[in-house]
Parts: sequence; structure tokens; C-alpha cells
Amino acid sequence: MDPIILSRWQFGLTTVYHFLFVPLTLGLSWFVAYFQTRFYQTRDETYRKSAKFWGKLFLINFAIGVVTGIVQEFQFGMNWSEYSRYVGDIFGAPLAIEALMAFFLESTFLGVWIFGEGKIPEKMHLASIWLVAIGSNLSALWILLANGWMQHPVGYVINEINGRAELVDFFALISNPKGWLFFWHTVAAGLATASFFVIGISAYHIVRKQNVDLFKRSFLTATIVGLIASTLVFFGGHTNGQFMFETQPMKFSAIEAHWETSAPAEFSILTIGDLTGKQEVWSLRTDAIGIPGVLSFLACNNFDCEVRGVYDIQAEYEATYGPGDYIPLMVVTYWTFRFMMTIGLLMMLLSFLFLLATRGKYENAKWMKWVPWVIVLPYIANASGWILTEMGRQPWIVQGLLKVEDAVSPNLTTVDLLISLIGYTVVYGALAAAMYYLMKKYAIAGPDAAMHESVDVATAAVGADD
Amino acid sequence: MSYEFLQTLWFILIAVLWIGFFFLEGFDFGVGMLLPFLGKKDEERRAIINTIGPTWDGNEVWLLTAGGAMFAAFPHWYATMFSGFYLALFLLLVGLIIRGISFEYRSKDSNPKWRHTFDWMIAVGSFLAALLLGTAFANLARGVPIDANMMYTGNLFTLLNPFGLLGGLTMVTVFLLYGATFLTLKLEGDLRERARGLSKKLYVVAAVVVVLLAVFTYIATDITSKVGVNPGFVPLASVLAIVLVIFFINRKMEGWAFVMTAIHIVLTQVAFFTLMFPRVMISSTNPAFSLTIYNASSSQYTLTVMSIVALIFVPIVLAYQGWSYYQFRKRISTDKKSLVY
Repeated sequence: MDPIILSRWQFGLTTVYHFLFVPLTLGLSWFVAYFQTRFYQTRDETYRKSAKFWGKLFLINFAIGVVTGIVQEFQFGMNWSEYSRYVGDIFGAPLAIEALMAFFLESTFLGVWIFGEGKIPEKMHLASIWLVAIGSNLSALWILLANGWMQHPVGYVINEINGRAELVDFFALISNPKGWLFFWHTVAAGLATASFFVIGISAYHIVRKQNVDLFKRSFLTATIVGLIASTLVFFGGHTNGQFMFETQPMKFSAIEAHWETSAPAEFSILTIGDLTGKQEVWSLRTDAIGIPGVLSFLACNNFDCEVRGVYDIQAEYEATYGPGDYIPLMVVTYWTFRFMMTIGLLMMLLSFLFLLATRGKYENAKWMKWVPWVIVLPYIANASGWILTEMGRQPWIVQGLLKVEDAVSPNLTTVDLLISLIGYTVVYGALAAAMYYLMKKYAIAGPDAAMHESVDVATAAVGADD
Repeated sequence: MSYEFLQTLWFILIAVLWIGFFFLEGFDFGVGMLLPFLGKKDEERRAIINTIGPTWDGNEVWLLTAGGAMFAAFPHWYATMFSGFYLALFLLLVGLIIRGISFEYRSKDSNPKWRHTFDWMIAVGSFLAALLLGTAFANLARGVPIDANMMYTGNLFTLLNPFGLLGGLTMVTVFLLYGATFLTLKLEGDLRERARGLSKKLYVVAAVVVVLLAVFTYIATDITSKVGVNPGFVPLASVLAIVLVIFFINRKMEGWAFVMTAIHIVLTQVAFFTLMFPRVMISSTNPAFSLTIYNASSSQYTLTVMSIVALIFVPIVLAYQGWSYYQFRKRISTDKKSLVY
């Protein structure tokens, strides 16, 4: 097997896996901080229990995000050494700053938060969970500025002597609009993920009439946050798309299965391609149902602008960068975008409907028993979003500068990669099983199990349902 | 600031990050390896974990920061070492993963089998991490095959040479001793006495291995040509520190025993980085192919920016990490009422 293919699979799998846990960490930290603050202000035990319960689930999730995060930082050098040499002068900086500014903050204060209750002043304990939330979200900012640079390189020159990209404008790097658009989209997605997580688990308990007061408050908070966050995700995504139209036109058109340049351009409702993925077989577009120019509108907010097709862009790239295939795998870009967008819209709609429902006696509604299933929605959307972003940039690892095939570590053999790929799969699989088991157990056991700390009680309360 | 000054500064900063990592995470690894052997009952194991519970994750960030700083300041060092030591680092990552997850998950189920499994994963993960880091560092000092294009041309077995493995063994045994002296300092009652007893036994093994490593350093590395037969103050002080450890253990002065072990670890690392300087990866193929702070570094601009960032944030990090250690300075008892599970 080709080492490049194996390195790509490994990067894809470990990254998507890591990002299954990250959004919940980003979002749920704010929920825990909020509930604990409400307790601090009101001395209402329900808030204390809420903070404890959601805090316990937060920790179970956080641990996997942390340990799989180490792999992320190491594998640039391990599997992508030529990439690291080429961009290290630029890309290394945000990564190092992420560790220095964010990882220390979240790790140190998470320890303080877990072990400090009752041992340090309550205000300090409360501050520590806020610092965890700030630290996690700060780390998202730096890694997204790093990724933003791969999509839209700024502030660099190519050094003619050593042939690598070098940083000349740090402020361009940290004010890269692509990075900030990612940050907006991702932090909002994290809050939306946490909202749907809270909505789903709260519904489970509300239906069973357990801790109804606590879970109704959580449900209400999560629907409000969920509605705001999913709306922000939507507008962040839209702005992101328009920026992509300007800076990564190939990705934009590949997402839309937009083969030929046209003005106005039509949005694909359903397109079937041939097996090569480079030819259209059949397509239904928005003009066929009487609303022309939808794709133009998505690209530039007016219904007439020209959207270039993948064939034209391919020809232009060949002229600029030399012969090669510059069209990403369209079946992936096309469908991941549609999963992401459909689910995103569905989440907006659902959180709005749930919010309306909280005005009535929703706890007895028949549909409530299906609500826990909404938890899976953000996970599919989050994974789709990243697969789309990264696969849509192919064949580039840094847009317009370096191709993936030139970025891989040349010394790695197929055997090396099979060992690590199988190894990660086994370890990550076992982690997922342990995480799912604990998450389900504590989510179902409810706040009382999360409240007890000492050995005997923990054993009794948690062991009871085993 | 001149380019050469910045390159030297970043070599020192990265050395400081690694030394900080070994200084802090060294006893974490030791505690982890000792866990299933020293802790007989569940609450004993929990107490042992809680000696490092609030701080181990923050300690591990020193490693992440060292990795990030190598990437930012010396991309070629990061690229050559991380791709070259691929399988060794993969095993290190597996060790860190199973260990990290186990700290969080071991007490979240009361099934003894569950806890037993995670306790052993902490021990095995800590052992793997110490062994591989020691092996990697010994190989850095010894030199590894690197060609004219900064490409590592060996494989995993190239690293498993006698000197490399001796380096791994040294890190394992010294960290075991470090962990035992740390536990004597942090625990109470019977458990503390058992940790003390164990530290005496571990001392003998660690001392023998350290002496072996010192002797073999003269054979395996270029220390004689670079430094001379007299290694200078730092390595001698490091040996003196490890000699003093047993003196303090025997007088039940565990605070000083811990400090001396720490000094030994720090000074050994200082000696290592002094031996390396200005090289960051020594080529055993041809000394001219070695990576140095001059041919492996980032641009002057990037090093300047990173220096400013480090100047602002390192003091802040040190302040709050120090504060958190201060908050959790008390000894941990196995009293069930006070144990955080």
C-alpha cells in the first residue's frame, strides 16, 4: 500500500476522532461554568447539582479530547515531515502559542477545579472552571488560525535560498479572516453541540420524571443557547462559504458539483456523477423548480454573479501550477456539505421548536421520548464539516503552495504506517468503548450519582445500577 | 537581537522546557509505575493517584510545549526527529494515551476488575513513556544515522542499541526513585513508610544504572573530544546529588531526598543539552550532516516574535502553575472522607 494513502487515512481518522470530543468540550465548559455561577449567586441546590452532573459528563468527554490531542501535535512531524520543514517557520508559531497560552491554562485549572472543591476559596473554584472554558476556546482559536493559514496563506514569503515559506507578518497570521471565520463557526458549533447534548439527556430524564426541575432548567437553557448558537453557525458558515468562493474557488465549486462556469449559477438539489467523479450524469438544479441564481446568491449575495466551474478552474490551475489533477473528490465534498448544511438547518429548526414547546406542558408530550436521539445530529455535522474543509483543499496541503504528496515523511514504510494505523485504531476503539460506557452510565444515573465523592457512597450510588 | 543570539536563546528555551518536563512529569511517571505495587487497597491507590491528580495534566503540557517550540523554532529538528523516531514516538503516544485516560476513568466504576485494569494501564503507560524518552535522548547524545538531506536513515531497531536501552533503563529507574521519594513526601502513615522502604531499594538499582550510564557515555558519545575527560562541574554535581539522596532517605529527610533526586535529573539534562550544543541532532553517518541550531532553525523574524510571546506568557504560566502546586501542597491521607474520587 502507498505510504501517502496510509498517512492520509491515519491523519483523517485520528483528526475526525479527536474532533468528535472537542466541540462538546468547547461548548459544555460554558454550561458547567454558567450553572456553577448561578449556584454561587442564588445558593439554589438545583444549580449546584446541575454543575456537578454536567461537570461529570464534561470530564468523561474532556479526558479523551486531551489524550488524543497529543497525537495531533506530534503527527505533523511524524507523518508530514516535509510539510513541517516547509511551513514550520509559520505554522509552528500558533501551535507553540496554543500550548503556552491555552493548554497550560485549561489543564492546570481543570486539576484545580476537580480537586479544589472545599479546599480552596469558593470564588477561586468558580474562577477555575471559567478559566478552563476560556483555555479550551483559546486553544481552538490558535489551532484554527494555523488551519486558516493552510486554507488561505497570508503574511509569508517563499525564501528563494532554502525553498520554504517564511513568516514576514505575524499580525497578518493572527488576523487571517479565514482563521477567525473558522473560530466563529467552530465555537458556535461547539455551543450548539453542547446544547443538543444537554437537550437530549435532559429529555431522557424529564420523560422519566427524574429530577424534573433540574432537567427542565437545563433543557430551557440549552434550547435558548442552541437556537442562538445554531443561528450563529449558519451565518458563520455562509460567510465562510463566501470567503471560500473568493479564496478557494475550486473547493467552492466542487462542493456544489458546479462543472461549467455560468452566470447566474444554479444550486444543485441533487447531482449524480459518474464513477470517476469528474463527469455529471444527471442533475436537478434550482432553476428547474423556478428559483434561478441560488448558487450565485450563496457565493456573493446577488442572484446574477458568475460562478466559475471546476473545469475552468482546473484549466487555470494547470496553467499556473503545472499539469495535475486539481479537482477534489467531489462525491465527498458534495455530500459532506449537504449533510452539514441540512443538519445545521434542522438544528436551528429543532431548537426553535423546543423553545416554543417549553412554553407549554412539554414534559408529557409523546414526542419527548424521541428527543434524546437529537444528540447524534451535531456529531455528524461536525465531522462532515471538517472532512469537507480538508478534503476540499486537496490536492493541496497548503492552498496553492504545497501539495499533500510532497508533504509526507519520505522515510516511512508501509509497515511503519500499518503498525501505527492499526495501533491507533485498536487504542481509539477501546477508548471509545470505555467512554461510551461511562457516559451512558453517568448520564442515566442522573445528578445524585455525580454528587457523591467518597469511595463508599460512589461505589454504592454508581454501582447500584450495574 | 542577532540571529545567532536568538538561535542560542531558543535552544536554551527548548532545553528548559524539556528539563521542566522531566523535573515535573518525572515523578508523575514514577508514581504511575509504582501505583500497582505500592497500593494494596483501593483507597491506597486512590491516595497515590491523588498525590499527582491535580497537577499531572499541567505537567504533561510541558512536553506539548517543548514539541510546539521545537516545531516553531527548529522545524528541521522537529521534522527529522519526529519522523525518524516514528515507531518509538508512536509507542510513547500510546503510553501517554492509556495513562492519561486511566487517571480520569479508573475511579468512575466500582468494579474491581475495571479499576485493576486502569491501574495497570497507568503503570504500563508511565513505564513506556519513561523508557522511550530515555532511549530517544540517549540516542540523540550518541548520534543517529542522518543523511545529507537531514533525513533519518535508520529504523526502530537502530534506536534499540545497548546505549539507547541503557538510557531508557536509567530514566525508568531514576523516575521510580523520584516517584518513591515524592510519595514519601506526599503520603501519610503506613503508606508513607512503605514508600520510604521502597525508595531505599530503588535507590540501589538507580545508582548502579546511573553509574553505568556515566561510564558508557564516555564510550558511546563524543564527550571526550567535545568536553574532555573531566566532564566539568554540572555532571559531577549531578552525581553528587544522587549520592546524597540515600543519605537523606536514611535520615528520614524525604524533602531533601526528593530535592536531591530532582537536582540530579535537572543537572543530568543540563549536561545532556550542553553536550549537544550547538547540535540538535548528531549524525552518526557524517558529523557534517548533523542538524545544528544554525541549519535547523526558523527565520530571525519568527524567532523574534516567539521570543516576545515567550517573554510574556512563560512568567504567567509559571505563576499559576506554582500557585496550583501551593494549593495542593498538603499530604494525602487514605482517610475515605477526605479522598477525592
